[in-house]
Amino acid sequence: MSRAETGPGSLYHRLTVYVLFLILLLPLAGTLLYSIATSWSASILPSGLTFKWYIALWSDPRFLTAFGQSLLVCVGALLLSVVLILPLLFVVHYHFPRLDALMNILILLPFAVPPVVSSVGLLQLYGSGPMAMVGTPWILIGCYFTVALPFMYRAITNNLQAINLRDLMDAAQLLGANTWQAAFLVVLPNLRKGLMIALLLSFSFLFGEFVFANLLVGTRYETLQVYLNNMRNSSGHFNSALVISYFFFVLVMTWAANRLNKDKA
Amino acid sequence: MNSFTRGKWLALLCLLPFAVFFIIFQIAPLAWVMINSVQSESGWGLANFSKIFASKFYRQAIQFSLEISFWSSVFGILIAILGSYSLRNVDSRLRDFVNAFANMTSNFAGVPLAFAFIILLGFNGAITMMLKQSGLIEDFSIYSKTGVIILYTYFQIPLGVLLLYPAFDALREDWRESSALLGASSWQYWWHIGLPVMTPALLGTFVILLANALGAYATVYALTTGNFNVMTIRIAGLVAGDISLDPNLASALAVILVGLMTLVTVVHQWLLKRSYHVSR
Repeated sequence: MSRAETGPGSLYHRLTVYVLFLILLLPLAGTLLYSIATSWSASILPSGLTFKWYIALWSDPRFLTAFGQSLLVCVGALLLSVVLILPLLFVVHYHFPRLDALMNILILLPFAVPPVVSSVGLLQLYGSGPMAMVGTPWILIGCYFTVALPFMYRAITNNLQAINLRDLMDAAQLLGANTWQAAFLVVLPNLRKGLMIALLLSFSFLFGEFVFANLLVGTRYETLQVYLNNMRNSSGHFNSALVISYFFFVLVMTWAANRLNKDKA
Repeated sequence: MNSFTRGKWLALLCLLPFAVFFIIFQIAPLAWVMINSVQSESGWGLANFSKIFASKFYRQAIQFSLEISFWSSVFGILIAILGSYSLRNVDSRLRDFVNAFANMTSNFAGVPLAFAFIILLGFNGAITMMLKQSGLIEDFSIYSKTGVIILYTYFQIPLGVLLLYPAFDALREDWRESSALLGASSWQYWWHIGLPVMTPALLGTFVILLANALGAYATVYALTTGNFNVMTIRIAGLVAGDISLDPNLASALAVILVGLMTLVTVVHQWLLKRSYHVSR
């Protein structure tokens, strides 16, 4: 690509990239500015700057509760995903490689069926009766497992292929390890970094999940996104501080994942 | 041999917890929706579907869903094509930075995105006021169909860049040089070489964007507090609204939505098979 860096085309490409960047940046930058403005209407720049909206937000107990509950649900869902998906991947790739084709079809389901559609069934099935879960964080943890599944499955599969699972297992067993020892002491440590990246990225999109949270649980166990939606009638500045705080948190997660990814390469 | 089969059985046992959770949270709800879409007060049958297609209101919801998905995918993919092609042709520092930024903004969707747009482009939004004062626009509402399309386009762009950027790998720089040496204009190069090679990736991306927009709910719900008539809003309203709950009708509408998404995917596959260069 280096040859493209000079010549008349180069200016055009730079400009296009800057415009793309600006388009993506504008809503965020506007919200950021709004969140630190004392008041802002009908002028290019706000009239004064302040941090009072952030102070108000971070001292609101309802916000802190929602933030904590979001964290709990996401971490719970990711733990469940790891516990369910790691053994699955190991068994599929080590014992039944032909199941991988079936799995690749099954993991399309969470993509192909929008959360709104699943919610219709979930509300009716688990609204009452022996498995009543609607209104509790447990149903969210289960649903978030399905949301994270396609991404986690693909990411860890790529990792397993990169470390040559079969050779690694054979080598460990040749040296006297049994299957469990080989899986936990040899394969798992080799997957650590890839798993961390998959978890961080999954976390960043689970943290922003709204549909399941609002339809299945709502205010009975308020998560951050539901809280944000319920605060729609408060000050726009307050809401901006909320949006920016949320996005900053997600930014740190994705940034960490990016860093890990670079170290790996 | 005995221990070998025991190992296999143990391995299968490890799959059990996954299967149980996947059935409870993915398969069972979908099955419930499928079964109940063909059930109504009058028993089994297609009553729910005929009710939907007879109603102007639900037909409008389907039409709006399709229109918004189509236009936001068209605008989204156009911007993503221009952007990701240029991204390949700038120096690596700028490229990595904007790529990483696009990655991060792909998480900026749903409620926070709707709020950001309300703040900037709402009735009293800073940009709306500025544009109105400068006389560039007379009237604009982010809560209109145009507004929703703009909002959807915004969240389609990062996804489009994410999917298309690697696809430009298929274009080799020497093809462009060879065609230039043989006297082809830049336009001819794109029409006869670039575009045909890129077609599968472009179609694939377009289909994913369409499905993404068809199934979207949070953004439009947060923008209009559930007052905009698209399919996802109607489905949710029929199971979690304040009035007129009808899970069976919701199921039928949900089946139509999933059916539309499946149709798009099937058409995509069919178009792929027809395009000649895929056989390579």
